[in-house]
Amino acid sequence: MQPREPVGWLDRKENVSKVYRGVWLICALLLAVEPLTHKHGHFRFEEWFGFHSFFGFVACIALVLAAKALRRWLKRPEDYYDRR
Amino acid sequence: MTGAELSPAWTLILGAALVPLFRGAARGAWVVLLPVAGMAQLAFMPAGEFGQLDFLGEQLLVVRADRWSLLFAWVFLIAALLGSIYSLHVRDTLQPAAGLAYAGAALGAVFAGDLLTLFVFWELTALSSVFLIWARRTERAFRAGMRYLIVQLASGMLLMFGALQLLTATGSLRFEHIGLDAPGGLLIFFAFGIKCAFPLLHNWLQDAYPEATESGTVMLSAFTTKLAVYALARGFSGTGELVWIGAAMTAFPIFYAVIENDLRRVLAYSLNNQLGFMVVGIGIGTELALNGTAAHAFTHIIYKALLFMSMGAVLLRAGTVNGSELGGLYKSMPWTAGFCIVGAASISAFPLFSGFISKSMILSAAGMDGLLVTYLVLLFASAGVFHHSGIKIPYFAFFAHDSGKRCEEAPANMLVAMALAAALCVGIGIFPAPLYAMLPYPVDYEPYTGSHVLTQLQLLVFSALAFSVLMRTGIYPPELRSVNIDFDWFYRRPLPRFVGAAGNALGRIIAAVESGSALGWGRIEAQARVLHGPRGLFARTWPAGAMGLGVMAMLLAFLLSYYLF
Repeated sequence: MQPREPVGWLDRKENVSKVYRGVWLICALLLAVEPLTHKHGHFRFEEWFGFHSFFGFVACIALVLAAKALRRWLKRPEDYYDRR
Repeated sequence: MTGAELSPAWTLILGAALVPLFRGAARGAWVVLLPVAGMAQLAFMPAGEFGQLDFLGEQLLVVRADRWSLLFAWVFLIAALLGSIYSLHVRDTLQPAAGLAYAGAALGAVFAGDLLTLFVFWELTALSSVFLIWARRTERAFRAGMRYLIVQLASGMLLMFGALQLLTATGSLRFEHIGLDAPGGLLIFFAFGIKCAFPLLHNWLQDAYPEATESGTVMLSAFTTKLAVYALARGFSGTGELVWIGAAMTAFPIFYAVIENDLRRVLAYSLNNQLGFMVVGIGIGTELALNGTAAHAFTHIIYKALLFMSMGAVLLRAGTVNGSELGGLYKSMPWTAGFCIVGAASISAFPLFSGFISKSMILSAAGMDGLLVTYLVLLFASAGVFHHSGIKIPYFAFFAHDSGKRCEEAPANMLVAMALAAALCVGIGIFPAPLYAMLPYPVDYEPYTGSHVLTQLQLLVFSALAFSVLMRTGIYPPELRSVNIDFDWFYRRPLPRFVGAAGNALGRIIAAVESGSALGWGRIEAQARVLHGPRGLFARTWPAGAMGLGVMAMLLAFLLSYYLF
């Protein structure tokens, strides 16, 4: 029997939800401060409001969904190359 | 004394040969001392060309110390030092010896001023590094090492052929700008491309690196591919094709990285992706872009080593780096988790971490040249690299669901190596000026503008948001025990089968021909036995006079034929 370890902060479900909400909050803050800085990009679309935010979010969703779809063709059992 | 002895490459290569003579603490001191001695040597090394040698009538230049080679030599020595400290707990003599010889070979290649010297060290990196894979001492690692070695030696052969063509055409072996149109240029380009893991030539990297030992992978991640980046920057800067090759390199490995289970293989894919940024910089070829490539290679070697070190520590302690079997390790290995997060933040180019001050130079260079598509691909890859390296690696190893694994924290020497690397990542991120001062061209670039910091933070934090949302909704693909087939499938599955089948078919044909012609063959054989056998006509000893007579008869026949026809 292992000695029982103390329950960590991240072990509680409600704290994980706090972290999750924290990410939303930081995102909102980053959009809120945007009008305060002068944005200058190499291309005009970079100066649109929230372009990088939108791009980052959509790019990652698309990346994961595409990768998930790719699994259908690429996934093999773990010992695939060891079989003769 | 030609000046060739100035190169720290010899210190490491000869020092590595002496490693087996030491035991215990003395060996530990020796392997740490060697890179430090190399650094001291480098600090006093003047810029210039040393070691002009004549070899078979060709001029060789063994040591060329300029801003390019000195920058890479510094970061190679830093990586060698980190790797040495990281492997101090290893009892196996082979690993530190091979690792240091490998680092020395990479240094020698960086200093090489001609293509023949480059070739020699190029092959030496392959030969020395394969032992870091074989040191795992499993059947799997042995096979992976064999595949690795074949690919690396093929690259060396292409380099040799290309160099010889160039020599015949120009009469010089000097390693300057080559370009695709030069004689042999294409061969050399592909030689560099194999080592640089161009798309479709890349698979040796993801195949072999995760099969090496914990400390072996740390060493491997630093040298071979960055040596190729250096060589490309010297020989092919401004080659437009590289922009497209590099852009493809940044984008496609990240799809694999998302679904890969072996976390060290995930890092190998992201290593490939980071090389893409450097290759784009070389392709653009402006001073800003080349500075960006050099700076990114420098920072990348350190944070990539840090990430591989943290995963190596996990492999050592938990016995696996499969995402499907890990999770919750932050309780057992809090320091390793912390260092891993620093590495993750650096590769993701968070402001105040080293990746931010180097990668942005390449993106800016692409933007300034108006390369819209490339710019968008790089932006996509920047978001993607945060997604799979920045979040996925620390998340699945140290957080996620609790796997129930409880283990010890990493050994002290590993923690020291990780702490040094992490300090460099943060230090360079906050004070980029010393690194900028070492770059090949004068730097007029300010990474910390309000606009740049904000847009980068937006890009990254919204990527994190995407990850969180996908996790909460359960859409994120779970880590599964599986392998994903990549281009190596072609030479690991159909090719051996084809060769096997072809061999069988050939065997059958030979058997059929043999049995069919056995009769005729038997007759020929009997005749040959009569003529050449122990008592045959041609087996007799003839007097020398007979030989003379024969020659005279032949000469006469020749003379006659000359007059007649």
